[in-house]
Amino acid sequence: MRAIGIILAGGGSNRMHELSKNRAVCAMPVAGFYRSIDFALSNMTNSHIQTVAVFTQYNAGSLNTHLSSSKWWDFGRKQGGLYVFTPAAKANGNLWYRGTADAIAQNLSFLKSCHEPYVVITSGDCVYKMDYNKLLQYHIDKQSDITVVCKDIAADVDIERFGTIRMNEESRIEEFEEKPVVARSNTISCGIYVIRRRQLIELIEKAQNEERFDFVRDILVRYKDMKRIYGYKLKTYWNNIASVEDYYRTNMDFLKPEVRNYFFNEYPGVYTKVVDLPPAKYNVGVRVSNSLVSSGCIVNGTVEDSIVFKGAFIGNNCYIKNSIILNDVYIGDNTHIENCIVESHGTIQANSYYKGEKDIKIVVENNERYVI
Amino acid sequence: MIKKEMIAMLLAGGQGSRLGVLTANMAKPAVSFGGKYRIIDFPLSNCINSGVDTVGVLTQYRPLRLNSHIGIGIPWDLDRNIGGVTILPPYEKSSNSEWYTGTANAIFQNLEYMENYHPDYVLILSGDHIYKMDYETMLDFHKANGADVTIAVMPVPIEEASRFGIMITDEDRKIVDFEEKPEKPRSNLASMGIYIFSWEALKEALITNQDQPGLDFGKHVIPYCKEKGRSLYAYEFDGYWKDVGTLTSYWEANMELIDIVPEFNLYEEYWKIYTTNDVQPPQYLGPESSTSRSIIGEGSEIYGEVHNSVIGCGVKIGKGTVVSHSIIMNGTEIGENCNVEKAVIAEKVVVGNGVRLGEGEEKENETKPGIYRDGIVTIGEKSVIPDNVSVGKNTMISGVTTSTDYPNGMLDSGRTLDKAGDR
Repeated sequence: MRAIGIILAGGGSNRMHELSKNRAVCAMPVAGFYRSIDFALSNMTNSHIQTVAVFTQYNAGSLNTHLSSSKWWDFGRKQGGLYVFTPAAKANGNLWYRGTADAIAQNLSFLKSCHEPYVVITSGDCVYKMDYNKLLQYHIDKQSDITVVCKDIAADVDIERFGTIRMNEESRIEEFEEKPVVARSNTISCGIYVIRRRQLIELIEKAQNEERFDFVRDILVRYKDMKRIYGYKLKTYWNNIASVEDYYRTNMDFLKPEVRNYFFNEYPGVYTKVVDLPPAKYNVGVRVSNSLVSSGCIVNGTVEDSIVFKGAFIGNNCYIKNSIILNDVYIGDNTHIENCIVESHGTIQANSYYKGEKDIKIVVENNERYVI
Repeated sequence: MIKKEMIAMLLAGGQGSRLGVLTANMAKPAVSFGGKYRIIDFPLSNCINSGVDTVGVLTQYRPLRLNSHIGIGIPWDLDRNIGGVTILPPYEKSSNSEWYTGTANAIFQNLEYMENYHPDYVLILSGDHIYKMDYETMLDFHKANGADVTIAVMPVPIEEASRFGIMITDEDRKIVDFEEKPEKPRSNLASMGIYIFSWEALKEALITNQDQPGLDFGKHVIPYCKEKGRSLYAYEFDGYWKDVGTLTSYWEANMELIDIVPEFNLYEEYWKIYTTNDVQPPQYLGPESSTSRSIIGEGSEIYGEVHNSVIGCGVKIGKGTVVSHSIIMNGTEIGENCNVEKAVIAEKVVVGNGVRLGEGEEKENETKPGIYRDGIVTIGEKSVIPDNVSVGKNTMISGVTTSTDYPNGMLDSGRTLDKAGDR
């Protein structure tokens, strides 16, 4: 591959409410066993990108733990590898990353020390599979300066938090609006870009000198008429998970056989860190229907149309419906959970009742857990 | 200089012929166990959990599955710069080339491997038992007694003692005598086939006895050490230890895992068992599925009913199918409206629709009554079973079968249908 990879894994999101209180969005568990960043990392490794930099700063704990070994994505090699860059104290001041472009600018020496001609930039909070080689070939064929991956989305999706794009018939981007109040197009940017490495260095240095910090606003939007910026339409599954509604919806998509098959079985695979948990166990009095259950779970109650992440314990006579139970949750007997997302490591006492009425309810319960 | 205090030598070359068709294409340590594991995962995990990070795995019989499972040892953190896991197959020498002719002979042929690490102690293990054991505690016992050889033993019911090698000890656990499968046992301490040798004692015994045909630890090396006046001690182990040498004991050991709180608990945080995770996604249970008292591996899709069973990874069970008291290994697909009762189905088997396994009266198996017994239906890996056939008890099926192999759509109890041959 002639490119290095950059994964922008910086942020929290107030649209995630309590879910990003203790972790970056990129570290959100997805589909029972992945973390959000696994999709970007797996796409990189499946596209034979050998050198990948992850820029992160907000609540990076979970993410760093997840990336503690790079071997799961096959980045544990002599040539290249996985580099995690967090803001650091420097001789000329201690600055947080003030934006995506600033994150790259503060680590420009890394970019300069590479020798690959291209850079693939992606955000770490999207669920998708993509061969970046095809994207790169398109970029070269179009003689593009920057190529932006975009997707047409359904009218009912809240477009407000994305950047919208309008292209001419040659796919050159004519209009790029960041987080529009009134959307004039249903084509959104997926936050995946290809750019020549030297071009990126040049644009970043310029932005740095002008004290501009955001890759989208200060580079894409600002240079859209000056540079040749093209759109590349993604037709396969893509979803951003950075709001509670989208997170819930994306997870629930995995109850559909075609989505499950696409991510779980079809080539190429999506990889994640291996945790050594035993197979899931079902005791007597269990009723599970149309649900995903991960390894290490012990189920005693009823689960319908739900996703149960790794290592959860569900007590006797529980009723779980339309809910997402995140990693390592303990649910006491006779508990009713409906339309909820139960935060990781939660302990729910016996005889509790939680129901999301209009919206999805986020349940964060840190009661004492008595392990026998 | 490279130096390891204790290294382990894991004997994994045996066929385990009493597991019948399950070991037709793989050595016994590579056979699946408990949904996602293979038997060798238990001693390998015990090694790393005990701080033993240098393990030689001696292979001989059909090693491919074992080799690919172990790889460079990543799942057990045995991918090390110094030490780690090394596969040790028999090899050609300038003067004589021989297979591993016995347990101790295999170790003798790898003296050079062991010498590289300048060990003080060598742990000898076999790859065919299910247990969790801290070898470091056993080593402490070995050191405290200043022993030359320590043999792990476990108490067995005295009426069963005549099936084992029995150690007779004094009150300090020093071995005063031993008997191999005695008719009238004088003790109930059975050898588990786990030994710690002080390096000098092991090396001397192996070199002195190198010309003994079929050099074996139980038959030759241990008696030799005793005769020579070495100090032998018995280390008593009182945890769960299960020999899964026969199909019946293999089936029973799997079934014990589905108890509410099994004696052998895989869910403890402490002392995890590691394995190669080829499949990691969660399992899907369909709208009309039903499960009880079962464990199910990752990535399986269950549309039917599963009761009292151990299901591996990536298994598909069709709508209307009922599986009970069975073991189904990785990657097997079972069609719709089947009934599977007390079956052991190996990896990547395809069972058609409307198949009934384990029906009818019990009859003795026609070819190997000592192996295919207790009503278990055994199906070898990559077998194919056509739609709408009925299969009796104590049967064995292997290879791609078609409806012509089942006269009147039936395979009677006790029949053996082997179409795989020796590949």
